[in-house]
Formats: sequence, C-alpha cells, structure tokens
Amino acid sequence: MEWFRISRDIPFMRHALLFNIISVVTFVVAVGSLATRGLNLGVDFTGGTVMEVAYSEAADLDKVREAVARLGFTDASVQNFGTSRDVLIRLPVKEGVTSAQLSERVMEQLRKDDPKVEMRRVEFVGPQVGRELFENGALALLFVSIGIVLYLWLRFEWKFGVAAIIANLHDVIIIVGLFSLFQWEFSLPVLAAVLAILGYSVNESVVVFDRVRETFRNRRMRNLTVPQILDHAITRTMSRTIITHGSTQIMVCSMLVFGGETLFYFALALTIGILFGIYSSVLVASPIVMYLGVSREDLARPEPARKPDETGAVI
Amino acid sequence: MNRYPLWKYVVVAAAMVLGLFYTLPNFFGEVPAVQISPLRATLKADTALMGRVEEILKKGAFQPTGIFLDLQSVKARFADTDTQIRAKDVLQKQLGEDYIVALNLLSNSPAWLSSLGALPMYLGLDLRGGVHFLLQVDMRAALDKKVESFAGDIRTNLREKRIQYGGVNRAGPVLTVRFRDEAMRDRALAELTRTIPDLAFTAEGDAGQYRIVAALKPEARRRTQDFALQQNITTLRNRVNELGVAEPIIQQQGADRVVVQLPGVQDTAKAKDILGRTATLEVRMVAEEHLNPATIQAAIAGQVPFGAELYYERDGTPLLVRKQVVLTGERITDAQPGFDNQTNEPAVHITLDGVGARIFQQVTRENVGKRMAILLFEKGKGEVVTAPVIRTEIGGGRVQISGRMNTQEAKDIALLLRAGALAAPMEIIEERTVGPSLGAENIRIGFQSTWYGFAALTVFMIAYYMLFGVFSIVALASNVLFLVALLSLLQATLTLPGMAGIALTLGMAIDANVLINERVREELRGGNTPQAAIHAGYDRAWGTILDSNITTLIAGLALFAFGSGPVKGFAVVLCLGILTSIFSAVVVSRAIVNLYYGSRRRLDHVSIGQVWKTAAHGK
Repeated sequence: MEWFRISRDIPFMRHALLFNIISVVTFVVAVGSLATRGLNLGVDFTGGTVMEVAYSEAADLDKVREAVARLGFTDASVQNFGTSRDVLIRLPVKEGVTSAQLSERVMEQLRKDDPKVEMRRVEFVGPQVGRELFENGALALLFVSIGIVLYLWLRFEWKFGVAAIIANLHDVIIIVGLFSLFQWEFSLPVLAAVLAILGYSVNESVVVFDRVRETFRNRRMRNLTVPQILDHAITRTMSRTIITHGSTQIMVCSMLVFGGETLFYFALALTIGILFGIYSSVLVASPIVMYLGVSREDLARPEPARKPDETGAVI
Repeated sequence: MNRYPLWKYVVVAAAMVLGLFYTLPNFFGEVPAVQISPLRATLKADTALMGRVEEILKKGAFQPTGIFLDLQSVKARFADTDTQIRAKDVLQKQLGEDYIVALNLLSNSPAWLSSLGALPMYLGLDLRGGVHFLLQVDMRAALDKKVESFAGDIRTNLREKRIQYGGVNRAGPVLTVRFRDEAMRDRALAELTRTIPDLAFTAEGDAGQYRIVAALKPEARRRTQDFALQQNITTLRNRVNELGVAEPIIQQQGADRVVVQLPGVQDTAKAKDILGRTATLEVRMVAEEHLNPATIQAAIAGQVPFGAELYYERDGTPLLVRKQVVLTGERITDAQPGFDNQTNEPAVHITLDGVGARIFQQVTRENVGKRMAILLFEKGKGEVVTAPVIRTEIGGGRVQISGRMNTQEAKDIALLLRAGALAAPMEIIEERTVGPSLGAENIRIGFQSTWYGFAALTVFMIAYYMLFGVFSIVALASNVLFLVALLSLLQATLTLPGMAGIALTLGMAIDANVLINERVREELRGGNTPQAAIHAGYDRAWGTILDSNITTLIAGLALFAFGSGPVKGFAVVLCLGILTSIFSAVVVSRAIVNLYYGSRRRLDHVSIGQVWKTAAHGK
C-alpha cells in the first residue's frame, strides 16, 4: 500500500492566507471562549469534593440530589457517569466544612435511600492544594515552552524557532479553548496530555524545517522561490507526518473508546492535540517562517561539510 | 553493509531475555495473603513467630499455600479471600495485641523469580483501591502552644528570683510580661535572657508602662516545627498500626505536610475516623476555687472567671479548669487499660517520660486532694476525658487513673492516650479514595485500551509495510517488554495515568519505525538498491528520531518536576518509554532486519509494501 502518490508539490503557500484566516478565527474563538466562559476546571484545581457512587440498578438522580440537599448542599452537581447506574456527585468547597468526613456523611444519606449503594471513589481537594496544583501546572507549561524554545534555538535559526513555538502554543490555546467552549472538564490528566502533546507535535515543525533547510542547500533546487521550497518540503514530508500521527492516533483512539470516563478527556485532549499538531506545525509554522522573511542567506552561513551523497549536479 | 557484529546481536538478545525475565512476575497476578508484623520494636519477626503462625493455621485447618518470612513480617498466602479473612481473624485473636495482622496481596510469581529480584510492578492506589490523604499540620497552633509553655517557665523564674511582675499574657506567638518599674524590668530582662535561650526578649515601654516582649528565636521556631511534624508522623504511624494495613506509607511532604497512603483499605470510613481524630491531650488542674454552682452557672452563661476555662465531661457535667497547662500529650509514652490491684476497679496505667515525670511529681506533691483534668482537644473543642482526684504524690512517671469508669471506657481512654496526642492539630487537605471494585476496573480499562490499540497498530503496520511492518511490531512489542521490565525493576508505582502513559508511549514509539520505513521507501524510490536503501534509511531517520524524542522528553521532565501523584506516574512512564523506544525502534528492529536481509548477497526486493515512483523519480 502507498497512500501518498503525489508527483507535484502541492502549492500550500499560495493558500497561506486561507490557513492564516482559519488559524486566526479558531484562535479568536478559543481566546474569546476562554475569556467569557472560562474553563470548567476539575476538582484538582478548584478544590472541592467529587464522589463516584454505584447503584445496583439505574440510579434515581433526583433522590440523590435530595439526599445531598439534606446536608445543606444546594449547589451540588449530580449526574450520571458512564452508565445510568453510576453517579457522580460534585460538592463545592464550603467555608468551615473542610473535613474529609463529608463524603461519609453523604454516603450515610445515600444509604438511607438505597442501602446497596457502593462508594467507588472520593476525591477531596482543599482549596489551598487546588491552587498549588494550578500553579504547578502553569509552571510546567512555562518550563516546557522555554525548554522547547531553547532546544529550537540551538537547533535552528531563530526564525524557525519563533515560528515553531508560535505554532505550538497556538495548538495549546486551541485545545484549552475547545475545552472551554464545550465546557469539558479540565483536570490534571488533561493538563498532562496538553504538555505531552506540546512536546510531541513540535517535532513535526522540526521535520519540516529540516527538509526546508536541506532543500535550501540543495543546488538542484537553487532556482526555486522561498514559497516553492516550503511547498516542496511540506509535500515531501506529508506522507510520514500523516502516518506517524495516524499511528499515534490509533493508540489514542483505543483509549478514547475503551478507556472509560476516566481516560476520556485525557484521550480527547490528545486527539485534538494530534490533529491540530499536524495542521499547525505544517501550515501555521511555515507561513510564519515565510513572513519572517527567511532567505537562502539565512542558511547559507557556515555550511557544514557536505555529505558525499548530497553533491547533486556538478559542472 | 547491513550486518551487525555478533556482539550487537548478543546485546539485543540479552536485553530481550532480561526484559522478559523482569516482566514475567507481572503475569502471575496476586493472591490474598495475611501479613503479621510485630507492633513493638522489641518483638521481632523471626522463625519463632513463623512457627507460631504455622501452628495456629494448622490448628484452624487453614491451608496456606505458602508462609514466608522477611525482615519485618511473616506472610501467609491463601487460595481465596474467604480463607484469608477467616485466617486473619483467628490469627489476630491468637497472637494478641502485640502484632498487626493485616490483609494483603502477594505476588503469585514463583519463588525462584522473586529470589532473583524479579518482582511485579507496585500497583498504585487507583488500581488496587485504597486511601490517600494529604494532611496539613497547623504550625501556628504548634508555635502558639510552645510559646504558651514558656509562660510557666517565665513565671517560675521570676518568682524564684523575687522579681515582681504584673502578669504574663500571650497574644498569638508573642508573650508580654508587664512590670511596675524600669529597674525590675531590666533585672528581669537580664535574668530571662540568661535562663531561657529559646526566646528572644526585648524591652519595651514608656510613661509608666514597662514591658518585656518575648518571641521564639528563628532557630527555636524551626526546631518546634520539625518536632511537631515528627511527633505527628509518629502518632499517625501508631494510629495506622491500629488499622492493620499491610503496607502503609506515611511520609513528610514539604515543611508542614504529611502524606498517608493506605493501600487496600476496604473500610475507608474507619480509616478516616481514626486518622482524622485530630486530638491533642492536655493535663491541667481543676479550678477548685471556682467550683461552686453559682460560678459554674455564670460560666455557662458566659461569665468565665479569670484564668479558668469551661469544659464539659463526657456525661455533660460542666467543669472549670485552669488555663495553665501542666503537661501535654507528647509527655505520655504509654497507656494501657488494666485494673487497680487493690480495689480491682478498671484503670488506666500511664507512663510518662523523664520531664513529664518530674513535672507530674511536683504538681501532685503540691496538690494532694485536689482534682486534675485530662482534656482531649479535637478540632479546637476541648472535652474532659477524666478528672481524677490526686491521692498522693506520684513519682517515677507511672500514673494510674481509676474510678468512675468501666472496662470499655478504660480501654478507650488508654487507646486515646496511647495513640498519642498530636503535637499540633492536623487537617486533611486532600483525599483520594478508590474503592476496590473501581481499582480492578481501572486495571481492566488500562489493559484493554493498550491491548486493542496495539492490535489495531499491528493490523495497520503489517497491511501498510508488509514484512517491515512485522519487524516494526516486533520492535514495538520489545519496547513494551523493556518498559514494563524497567518499571518492575525500579519498583515504580503503576497508576491508571501510568497505564495511559504506556499506551501513549507505544503510539509515539511506532513513529520511529514509521520514519525508518518511510525513509527506506524513499531511498528505494530514489533508485537505491535494497541493501543501500535499508542502510541509508536507518541512518538518515536516526537524526529525526532523536529530535522527535528530545522534545517529548522535555515535556516529560517538566511533568515529572511539577506534577504530583498520578501525573508524576505518567511522566515517569513517558520518560522511560522514550528511552526504551529509541533502543527498540533503532537497534532491535535493525537487528531483525539485518538478520533477515543482511546476509543476502543478491537482494532484488524487500517486502516494505508498494513503493510508488513518480514519473520524475522513475528510471
């Protein structure tokens, strides 16, 4: 099998403006949603209590709500989790009620209605811990971004580095933005997924840029314009880009389908990240390089000793 | 050109054998077991204990599938949980209170594997079920208490030196001593600075107001905080021992926090109840001079006499107690229920440490015939546990409390005293409880998503790359082997995010093989001979593989550095997975390719799927 039978370079750069518009629109929507709706932060970050309980048959959510309300929690959220028998109860942080005994009191109330109810999971995070987890998450994001910029700086000319990091932070904003737009729960594992994706997809830009550099230095391609060189590099790397990401996505899909509710948002963040990673590192990063005015001179500097198989035509 | 020297094949083969060896224990699963460990340092887990356990089990007709002895405990394996639970009850009854008998899970792997250090991965709480607590020690309260304890010292000192003072008051962590004139104050300042080195004294005052303000020195502050934390950890350990948990983890985290993890605890309510008892103990004198009905009525109404506080006994009787603390819980080293050897009444026998014994002797000597109250503070609310009358001076630090209690009460009081009071109150600031059924389900979820993903990848790789696809999958499988072996070897804790990490790592690891295969195809397309194409393909893909892994590694390291708990587990797997994948994708798959194709002199075709050539590239 060979899926990518492309004989001519695809003129991506001719449509650069279109891609930019797509990016800007998604970006604006993402930022707008973040600004107006904010993130549906999980209990890890906000503090509060989450309880998962299982009934032997379909749970009566209203009864559960009533039971929780008896304890004075009017703003608790009660919903099904996975199946109709599993119920997820979220209780906000309440001034004065910091004790972890809370979950026991809730269970007591639930047992009054149905003695067979089973406690599956309790997560209680104090507001202070939540704040710390949030800060550490932000620090990790900062650290990864700086680490990648440094790496790209060492590895490439600054124009490429800037382009790659802009493209990938654009991914992060879009993932987070989508989580905000659909009010999916943003938890610690989701944050881990975002960071892993940041490290993973920046590599795609590296591959394209490697090819760009190689093409610039290739004497056979000397009369190509900058956009043509970018088109060539993107077209030539497209096959591997799609297959590598596709194979990673197969694994992630498996988590999405079989991972249950616990891994769902984690896998979802990875999926969005992989899809946008392909798009952005190729079609966002390359135009930026073009706008930054990359030229053959940028790369013609101390050219490393040419490998023997790269000589090309010799007059 | 595609031949490896023999040693490279040997290295690959050896790595795979080792990988298999260390992965093996994970396949045997776990069986129910009972773990018996001594509660006191004086008792040892030795062959004698093992003999006793064996005998008890034989008498009860339990058939353990194995009894083992290690450094801290004796463990007996059973065929099913039913026998396990029954055996536990019998053992606990027969061995008595000196041993912790706990339910546990033991690896079912054969002894020869364990003896060679091949152990299964340690399952995290989200996979085996259990409780995780993060407790915060209230350091302000610890410091306040410490400062308060110095108030007595100051009074004694000044009284001994006949320095007249107006009173000692504490406001927060600061003590203020008032004086009538400057000379008195200056004498006091010199005296106190000399005798109490832990406090920093400063003289203040103007226009008839002469004061000394005392606060803890930074060094004493630090010492107090360290002590409070250590004391609390010890106390928690004692309490957890009561619970009978097989492998509890109680650790300091940061300057003022304690992590408690209780794997496999089924009764989480009881665990929380026992741990959450944020009790502190204080011994104070009863304010006898105020014990008349009128004063007590006034106190209930809010008019508490100066220097006294109102508390209630367990039966609801109000009692006025002096503010001054005689002893705190940390001076109590042991407490046992028992009987008074004269009256045969139920009693509690308390042992105090050296300092405690000295103070107690002095206080009892001065207060024969008066009452002393033992107060238990939980969540800032005090309660009188017992308020016995002092009959004689008590020296030597051995105290007996008797009267007005039954055997159960004696037992309860002893437990409360023994489990130790905390040096400072603690609060649970994070809790993660996972029920055992969810744990089992999480294992299934993690295993399934990895397995189905792997199967789908196999189908795709073989369909797209034919024989090279098979090579890639073998390399990928070896990557799983290396990763799991490494995690087992390091005895890393496997969590659900960790399992997700394994799945994700596999998805990312296959990238390297795709890169290689694509590059080989490209070389073939460019008109290279198959052997040259394989060689160049591996060579040129190497740089890209390295690149792609470095950036992911940066992310993994950041997650490890800033992540906590489950996220850290994910990060560990991610980082290790990247390292093993470089080896398996590049070295292992190359070894297989070399072994298969390398020796052929005339190779016209390699099975890597269709290589499509454009008109421009074709020849």
